[in-house]
Amino acid sequence: MDYLAVQLFNGLANGSFYALLSLGLAVIFGMMRIVNFAHGAFYMLGAFIAYFLLQQAGVGFWPALVIAPLVIAVAGMFLERVFLRRLAGLDPLYGFLFTFGLTLVIQDGMRLRFGVQGQPYSAPAELSGTVLLGAVSYPTYRLFVVAFCLVASIAVWFVIERTRLGMAVRAATERADLTRALGVDVDRWITPMFGFGLGLAALAGVLAAPMRNVSPLMGSELIILTFAVVVIGGMGSIAGAIVAGFLVGVLSSVGAIFDPAVEGIVVFALMAVLLLVRPSGLFGSIETR
Amino acid sequence: MLEVSGLDAWYGEAQALRDVSIRAAAGEVVTLMGRNGAGKTTALRCVMGLHSSMRGSVRLGDADLGALGPVQRARAGLGYVPDDRGIYATLTVEEHLILPPRAADSAWDVERVYAAFPALRARRGQYASKLSGGERQMLAIARVLLMGSRLLLLDEPTEGLAPILVQQIAAILRDAKAEGRTVLLVEQNLRFATAVADRHYLLSQGTIVATLGNDEVRARESEVLQHLGI
Ligand SMILES: Nc1ncnc2c1ncn2[C@@H]1O[C@H](COP(=O)(O)OP(=O)(O)OP(=O)(O)O)[C@@H](O)[C@H]1O
Ligand SMILES: [Mg+2]
Repeated sequence: MDYLAVQLFNGLANGSFYALLSLGLAVIFGMMRIVNFAHGAFYMLGAFIAYFLLQQAGVGFWPALVIAPLVIAVAGMFLERVFLRRLAGLDPLYGFLFTFGLTLVIQDGMRLRFGVQGQPYSAPAELSGTVLLGAVSYPTYRLFVVAFCLVASIAVWFVIERTRLGMAVRAATERADLTRALGVDVDRWITPMFGFGLGLAALAGVLAAPMRNVSPLMGSELIILTFAVVVIGGMGSIAGAIVAGFLVGVLSSVGAIFDPAVEGIVVFALMAVLLLVRPSGLFGSIETR
Repeated sequence: MLEVSGLDAWYGEAQALRDVSIRAAAGEVVTLMGRNGAGKTTALRCVMGLHSSMRGSVRLGDADLGALGPVQRARAGLGYVPDDRGIYATLTVEEHLILPPRAADSAWDVERVYAAFPALRARRGQYASKLSGGERQMLAIARVLLMGSRLLLLDEPTEGLAPILVQQIAAILRDAKAEGRTVLLVEQNLRFATAVADRHYLLSQGTIVATLGNDEVRARESEVLQHLGI
């Protein structure tokens, strides 16, 4: 029973990362119709920035939680301006190939320098130790991650669903051309939204650093499952990304009780079944054309 | 006001429009008629700047729209109602009305829209995917009225609507005309077309084959109907 409770919390903690990553993917896909394969690489870079800040400058976790996403967001905007913009309107395959290539460049570049061995990064002192939840004691830091990601996800949901900016983003996500014809300058928002999506990935990376070792391959392990999350939630759906993120986290952790190998099977079985009965995903409304 | 000349358009290798020229003065309502696949929708999309595989010139007043994208065209005073109404499933009714920036001071504000279409007021907070076909059309038209567009591009606005709504749209178009707005209307319903419009362009296989006044359309009704494939 206790073990089940622990796995449930672990699932929520893992789901937190899926939620943040797939939120970024959803925003980027919605605005640009690009499946950003490089998302995991930027998650990894976010973790490495936190690591460097500590090693080189003695800058701790809390400032890193702000700095790393900002740095990656700016880098992302640059990337969009210089490269991805040229791929707009072409077959989505080009965007996929570009971001896939970029992943290899970033990942292997980091691997040349750091090898595949993980670097440890410790949780801030305030969050170390454990909390007693009923009968089980659970790491404080993981609870913090769950709470933080929930709040961040809901904040993103609020901005997209309840503000004027979000309204334009939703309109552009559904029908970019029509939205332009209504006088809304969709293209002005593409660069910042791409930066924002990558910033969320970097944020997830910093949060992951104390839980998982900081290593060049940490993103590639996560990104495949995250794509499954995106499909389950519905391409481009904000609420779908959040719900599916936590759902997949919990299901795979609980599945792992039976056998660690079940973890991945559960997720992809869910995805396969969902694709059969509801191809647009839990919350999906986008028809890709 | 609107001056389209020598318009050619393609889908890949297939030419959809050939040397199409359309003029409409301020306060004039002209229709574009033709059977399915004649190129009516393509022509409206070219005017709006949504179809890039084209050649020819599109002018609004003194301004050459050729180099402008759809965003600038909308801001220059073009208002487009697409054939599928262009309603967003993820926006509420009210959000549809506040999304487009105002291109000009307009006689319409959100209150006037709700007064004219009480059904929209009743559903203002709902997602527009819940609207009926008629309500969607009302919303799509209200949207361009709010923008204050000088030139309205309407693609089959009465298709599938109840007679009472068709009359309401006719009244709106007459008001727009009285305010000096120009309307380019794609329409298959001859009675509606002759009731609201001044002139009619007959499009066949991507080419304008006739320009008719209301009297001519009525006099040659069977011939025109044959052209429309009805
Ligand atoms: N996306 C497309 N790709 C290829 N060909 C197209 C496309 N859209 C339209 N066409 C072709 O271009 C021609 C003109 O189409 P268009 O939609 O402008 O006709 P229309 O007069 O609006 O017809 P309808 O009355 O059915 O709305 C048709 O032959 C059509 O098959
Ligand atoms: Mg058409």
